[in-house]
Amino acid sequence: MQYDVAVIGAGVCGAMITRELSKLDLNLVMLEKCNDIAMGTSKANSAIVHAGFDAENGSLKAKLNVQGASLMAYYCNKLSVPYKNIGSLVVAYSWDDMQTLETLFERGFNNGVPNMEIISQEQLREMEPYISEEAIGALWAPTAGVVSPYELAIAATENAIMNGARVKRNSGVFDIEYKNDMFFLSTASGVIKAKYVINCAGVFADQIAKMIGDESFKIIPRKGEYYLLDKTEKKMVNHVLFHCPSAMGKGILITPTAHGNVLMGPTAIDLDFDSKLDVDTTIEGLDKVKSDVRNVIPQLTTRNAITSFAGLRAHIAGDNSDFIIAQSKANERFVNVAGIESPGLTAAPAIARYVGEIFRKMAPEYQKKEQFISRRPAPIRVNELSKEEREELIKKDSRYGKIICRCEGITEGEIIDAIKAPCGARDVDGVKRRTRAGMGRCQGGFCGSKVVEILSRELDIPMNQVTKFGNRSKIVFNKTK
Amino acid sequence: MKRELVCVSCPLGCPLSVELGENGDVLSVTGNTCPRGKKYAEDECTNPVRMLTSTVKVNGGKLPVVPVKTSAPIPKGKMFDCMKVINNEVVDAPIKIGDVIICNICDTGVDIIATNEV
Amino acid sequence: MLKYDLAVIGGGPAGMAAALKARECGVAKIIILERAETLGGILEQCIHTGFGLHYFGEELSGPEYAHRFIEQVEKTDIDVKVDTMVIDILPGNVVVATNNTDGLLEINATAIILAMGCRERPRGALDIPGSRASGIMTAGTAQKYVNIDGYMPGKKIVILGSGDIGLIMARRMTLEGAKVEMVCELMPYSGGLTRNIVQCLDDLGIPLKLSCTVIKTHGIERLEGVTIANVDEHRKPIPGTEQFVECDTLLLSVGLIPENELTRMAGIIIDPVTNGAIVDEYRQTSRPGVFACGNVLQVHDLVDYVTQESQIAGEGAAKYIQSKSKSRSRSGKCIHVKAQNGVRYVVPQNINCTTDGDVKIYFRVTDIFKNAKIVVTAGDKVLYSKKKKKLAPGEMESVPIKLEDIKKIDKQDIIVRVEA
Repeated sequence: MQYDVAVIGAGVCGAMITRELSKLDLNLVMLEKCNDIAMGTSKANSAIVHAGFDAENGSLKAKLNVQGASLMAYYCNKLSVPYKNIGSLVVAYSWDDMQTLETLFERGFNNGVPNMEIISQEQLREMEPYISEEAIGALWAPTAGVVSPYELAIAATENAIMNGARVKRNSGVFDIEYKNDMFFLSTASGVIKAKYVINCAGVFADQIAKMIGDESFKIIPRKGEYYLLDKTEKKMVNHVLFHCPSAMGKGILITPTAHGNVLMGPTAIDLDFDSKLDVDTTIEGLDKVKSDVRNVIPQLTTRNAITSFAGLRAHIAGDNSDFIIAQSKANERFVNVAGIESPGLTAAPAIARYVGEIFRKMAPEYQKKEQFISRRPAPIRVNELSKEEREELIKKDSRYGKIICRCEGITEGEIIDAIKAPCGARDVDGVKRRTRAGMGRCQGGFCGSKVVEILSRELDIPMNQVTKFGNRSKIVFNKTK
Repeated sequence: MKRELVCVSCPLGCPLSVELGENGDVLSVTGNTCPRGKKYAEDECTNPVRMLTSTVKVNGGKLPVVPVKTSAPIPKGKMFDCMKVINNEVVDAPIKIGDVIICNICDTGVDIIATNEV
Repeated sequence: MLKYDLAVIGGGPAGMAAALKARECGVAKIIILERAETLGGILEQCIHTGFGLHYFGEELSGPEYAHRFIEQVEKTDIDVKVDTMVIDILPGNVVVATNNTDGLLEINATAIILAMGCRERPRGALDIPGSRASGIMTAGTAQKYVNIDGYMPGKKIVILGSGDIGLIMARRMTLEGAKVEMVCELMPYSGGLTRNIVQCLDDLGIPLKLSCTVIKTHGIERLEGVTIANVDEHRKPIPGTEQFVECDTLLLSVGLIPENELTRMAGIIIDPVTNGAIVDEYRQTSRPGVFACGNVLQVHDLVDYVTQESQIAGEGAAKYIQSKSKSRSRSGKCIHVKAQNGVRYVVPQNINCTTDGDVKIYFRVTDIFKNAKIVVTAGDKVLYSKKKKKLAPGEMESVPIKLEDIKKIDKQDIIVRVEA
């Protein structure tokens, strides 16, 4: 199959860029090595919209962060993605920390972060009643927030498909050949031809770039471990709480999530170059999160933890700490979008626009489409409906009356929608990320087997071919009889 | 010969010591606190029996399998032989509780009966 | 809005027994709301025998035990709605439920019985580090795959936790052809019944490793193994004792949690130890007219006891409904029942001074005791004292308190404790 553009990697950047490029009249494909969208860094991160005071003044990171933070509400609205503009607090515990807040304020101001404020201990305690008594002040940034990162990626993908883009899953690229102005991408699902390539391969972006002879950067997988707590803990924290960066490191953050859970983490451990699949949690990592949390909110424990997990950030090796978003020096039809670690999620909408500009300069031959559908309709969320709406819906389709996931109140109808959606769920985790079935406190203890049954029925495959997240991650083996 | 057992007659779980004769007959039981312990030790050493439960494949039912049990305890040593027979059996729906699925399994004189409806 | 005298939430053994008892006591309009496709609750997948020895005097399988109650319910005009999930309890005892035939249902009930049962503690609550591979599930989930869906969830299995479901599944999986490598138990003793240890593990040569836990899971896609380690007296892994065990499945049988989300939503006070509602002798919660029984109130070891407890709640609800105008419940004073030395919790936690019969107090001990005495006092007076050869956390105990003793109590708490 021949395309004008191939985007490699269906993380939040790949998906948002694919959506951006689907505004143009071209043949577009997004290639993903996993069984679903957002299976790498995009599904396991802090899910934060950063205000933008961390990045160095004048960096691409700073520019795209601040732009991204201001664009996020618009995109989440267009794409019907959970987003809450709750603001962030960098909490100070010492005189030195207060000095650091001044530095952050100034950096943020220069980066164009609006409405920041350094607040007193009393103001802080009023905003966060459970905060440690040791906390003496904070930097308040009202433009920060929380977003559901994998839902953003999924929604952007669906919207791109609505606008004609193709998505190929289980299509990891293992070789690239360039001849006669054409890239030949060898993938797990056959050879794909494309005139332009956008490399959004996350922690693997260096390996993809190397396939065209670009060895200008290397990516270190930097592991971060997290705890996700039950919604019962949501009263404990109201804003994104950062620990003041110090000589001891950046520390962990505690935040409500867009869905009302509490998330805490991450640690930061650099792994070897060849450990890009290692998302194991560790005793040391989880202990570190637990002990760091006690310093911020002493009463917050992991007693009501729903799960713990680890994710990898794509950290560029060496001194360069900025995003790499540019045409490759090895081939100018190949654009690297690499080193997108924090605040990559925040920046994603701005990155998509930025890459769109690069692309239009690089390939002016493609025109804007007459009709671009900018809105992705919201999936039905039964428990967000009014009583009347809910009754009406069940009357139309009785499957919205059958609750499968008890903890989150998710119905069979919603699960089927998630499977039937463009680029719909093909595995249990895919259903979970799209609908939240199995995301609650029983962790799929009751609904797990029901979801397997529904996937088996809707995808017309036997139960023992249903997987947790593709490949060999099957749930059950042979029939007993 | 001596055999050590844990009595399962009640939650106390007495450790039982059984003295066995040359042809396996029980000479003495110690460690028990009540007569039930002695009886358990004697049965367990001479003729240990177990209830066996499993499932049998069903054709044409709402569920693919029906749960079954032995109508009475069977010799412990025959459990896996009985499982082979149970695994090869297929029945047609409808099935009621108490239906005999397999008669006199492995010549034990015990039947396999359904314990639920399908 | 539908109008009922009694709405029972949950159609497992607890809900059915409570509804039947209420009917027997003369309650006219009763409805049972069950979220699964059939009545019977978790018993439907518990195909092993051992149920009913106390209540029926015979050894039944789970479905058989359930069926005895299902048959009785079917003989009455108790309304049953299956596939129906209760999503809220509004003020004024209005139950909101949803299903695919009625849409949203609102039921106004004079009394409500909560009988939602319990769920298994999942991996997330355990803090086992390692990978997110598939093949890690609770023993109950595996039980459903094997016994209901007819699929094997694995071939080479390690079980963490020696609760009864874990032990039962060790035998089930072995009989169905899987290799169960071992059962690991964090505590120095098993939480399961001796009978299950003998018949589910010893019979099949499956090792039970006490003071041992899983400290890491391996495998990126499907589970490929676990690292186990011995633990010290503080339940911390002992360095140097780590051992890799190859397996494709890790089953968790590490405790049950009462499903009290609705109870909490209804603003009912929860006992932090039982994780169930605080109740009086008729299992009435802090909200008048709302009762709780079975595993949603406290996790039981035997379904027979669930049935007994639910009958108390059924009778209590009937009395409440019949004397509602007289406002029987909270007008009188309450005697508090409290757990002390060696006793982890008691149920009921309150006894109304105006109660009309003897009251049985159920409790669990904190540790294994041998030749210890159970003592119940009120002030200086000893209400009950009995020596027991063995007390274990896994076995629920009960003590009877006579009505005449209750009547004599003035303001003091009833204290239940263990004397070594």
